[in-house]
Amino acid sequence: MIRGADIVVRSLIAENAEYIFGYPGGAIMPVYDALYDYADQVKHVLTRHEQGAIHAAQGYARVSGKVGVALATSGPGATNLITGLADALIDSTPLVCITGQVAAHLLGTDAFQETDMMGLSMPGTKWNIQVRSVEEIAPAIAKGFHIARSGRPGPVLIDITKNAQVEFGEFNYVPCLGIRSYRPYVTVELPKIQEAALLINEAERPFVLFGQGVVIGKAEEELKAFLDKTGIPAASTLLGSGSLPESHPSYVGKLGMHGNYSPNMLTNKCDVLIAVGMRFDDRVTGDLKRYAKQAKVIHLELDPAEINKNVKCTVPILGDCKQSLSMLIDAVKPNSHPEWMQRFREFENEEREAVMGKDLYATQGGLHMGEVIRLINQYKEDDAVLVTDVGQHQMIAWRYFDYKKTRTQVTSGGLGTMGFALPAALGAQLHNYNRQVICVVGDGGIQMTIQEFGTIMQTKAPVKVVLLNNNYLGMVRQWQQMFFDKRYSFTELENPDFIKIAEAYRIKAVKVTEREELSEAVAQMFIHDGPFFLEVVVEKEDNVFPMIATGCSVEEVRLS
Amino acid sequence: MNRYTILVYTENFIGILNRITIIFTRRGINISALTASESRLDGIHKITIEATVTEEQIIQLVNQIEKIIDVIKAYYFKDDEVVYQEIALYKIPFDSLDPQLEKVIRQFNAHIIAAEKEFVVLEFTGHKEDTQALLEILKPFNLLEFSRSGRVAIAKPKFSVQEYLNNQT
Ligand SMILES: Cc1ncc(C[n+]2csc(CCOP(=O)(O)OP(=O)(O)O)c2C)c(N)n1
Ligand SMILES: [Mg+2]
Repeated sequence: MIRGADIVVRSLIAENAEYIFGYPGGAIMPVYDALYDYADQVKHVLTRHEQGAIHAAQGYARVSGKVGVALATSGPGATNLITGLADALIDSTPLVCITGQVAAHLLGTDAFQETDMMGLSMPGTKWNIQVRSVEEIAPAIAKGFHIARSGRPGPVLIDITKNAQVEFGEFNYVPCLGIRSYRPYVTVELPKIQEAALLINEAERPFVLFGQGVVIGKAEEELKAFLDKTGIPAASTLLGSGSLPESHPSYVGKLGMHGNYSPNMLTNKCDVLIAVGMRFDDRVTGDLKRYAKQAKVIHLELDPAEINKNVKCTVPILGDCKQSLSMLIDAVKPNSHPEWMQRFREFENEEREAVMGKDLYATQGGLHMGEVIRLINQYKEDDAVLVTDVGQHQMIAWRYFDYKKTRTQVTSGGLGTMGFALPAALGAQLHNYNRQVICVVGDGGIQMTIQEFGTIMQTKAPVKVVLLNNNYLGMVRQWQQMFFDKRYSFTELENPDFIKIAEAYRIKAVKVTEREELSEAVAQMFIHDGPFFLEVVVEKEDNVFPMIATGCSVEEVRLS
Repeated sequence: MNRYTILVYTENFIGILNRITIIFTRRGINISALTASESRLDGIHKITIEATVTEEQIIQLVNQIEKIIDVIKAYYFKDDEVVYQEIALYKIPFDSLDPQLEKVIRQFNAHIIAAEKEFVVLEFTGHKEDTQALLEILKPFNLLEFSRSGRVAIAKPKFSVQEYLNNQT
């Protein structure tokens, strides 16, 4: 017989949890006491805020494909996880979060640090459960891991009352292999494949859109082989970036609000649209009433609830896209679409001239964010991970980062959570100390979780933090400029001396204000052994283009 | 807009009803009536929900309900695809019982299921339109209280939750 708290830790070890990101407190103290004994088998990382813990777990999960684990106490500790739960749910990130809870006999009495975590976390979790006795602990954790990582992944919350943590029980860990009410995978139907292949074979202007489903389904090779065989132009969503090397001949850019000109312009010109592991988010589609109405739509998707949710499809192909793509590869005929591809290249040239030149190669005026990313590309390794926060820097980094390998893109897509990047980068770095992790963040967002400099200091995670400082909540300012008569209502920031802050955390810090200094500073950052903070002061009132304004159709994408 | 009946078969876990109802709240859709009970199958609960929505909405709702881990299966039906009933109870002062009222009771085939010194309780089962009609008639008889259940329903099309469970892939 062992304590419930030991069962918690040993269950996590049984699930091969490598890291636990957490923060202690009264209702979770028995588990912390147990962690002390297992420090050689599972590493606990003390973040500086529970939001930091869950974002770090997300960063870890996104680069590793494994389940991230976060731990918090009841009440405020638990509620601090909420943003991360919502973020992980909408971005399909596998997490198991464990929260302490007051003793079972106190539930419902407004006891100290009691909060209804079941009620609060319900809309933000794939599944949640409250455990009130010792014998329920291991089965709940087993079920939690199974649910978090299978099918369309997502966050799970397990709320464990304090009495369950201190009671004694048998430990006999049985992994969960299935739940009768839950069917995470379905077999791909061959007739649907044949139907789709017919459309694809006859299409004159087919177009592939790929999303994070390719990464989650580990279907990168299949996607590549499918494109190699069919020669169809392919564009990526924000979270799909990295799953196809951008140097691939089929690759035509990025979709959506700040994506590339050609895929947005030509979405309404294709005759067959093949969506792979993506969910037609409104940031991708713009006005749905004017989105790809001319096209027959084939949707390869694992989650049945996504089929026909936003875009009506002609041929739904339900199932794991690794399987459906490999079946499609066999069913389609070899092909190429040089003229159609040429139309993409023409728009691409337009964008290069109108936007990219000055974004990337300006020679006078203030520094542009794009220049920094261009230099990062020069020095980074192929499998370097890019972690971004939310705002203009996120869109610019996405637009210009040279994605070569899968699982190199970590950003808050669906929720757009400012403050995500710094802790997520820490989590991504801990998964592999030897892989470059570059955290690109804005002066607004970094201040939402800047306390995690402390965790970087303590873990010595060699994260390269690049602050693109425009002294503004830039993305909001851009909208104010474009849609609110330049009324800059509460978007200008009076910022602290970021260098001093980083240095206070004993992180090597360099500030760049001049174009001539930038290249050397970026080089220095990558050479430096250990965490590095690079602040680049950029043009205050730069805008991100192309842009599809809210309510506009993809074809109304603007270059300025 | 159509009136639909959704039948949800679930594991009997705490919180499952909450998970289902927040799907409606989030979309600003009103649940007209809801009934929960054990089903024919051991350990499996059946929740019957009535809602008036568009066909597009009902499909989204049922998809989202089925996505809940502990939901086994959810089906939706139009009114003509289900046999359904609602039970209504009416509390009337004893003094109101006169020949005219007795005639109404007979006409509706309602039953007096409780008779106390001060009042009687009528029971009448049918569709909402019918129980509502009786309610309107009883109001002038100094009706004291009224209570109507959500619908209980049996679908006409054939489906088997048992079979679904047996076909584990
Ligand atoms: C937690 C949170 N609050 C508010 C927003 C709305 N928002 C989106 S971008 C942005 C500005 C971000 O500013 P900064 O971090 O400086 O990045 P920049 O756009 O300047 O690159 C804001 C306030 C958000 N996405 N997340
Ligand atoms: Mg800024």
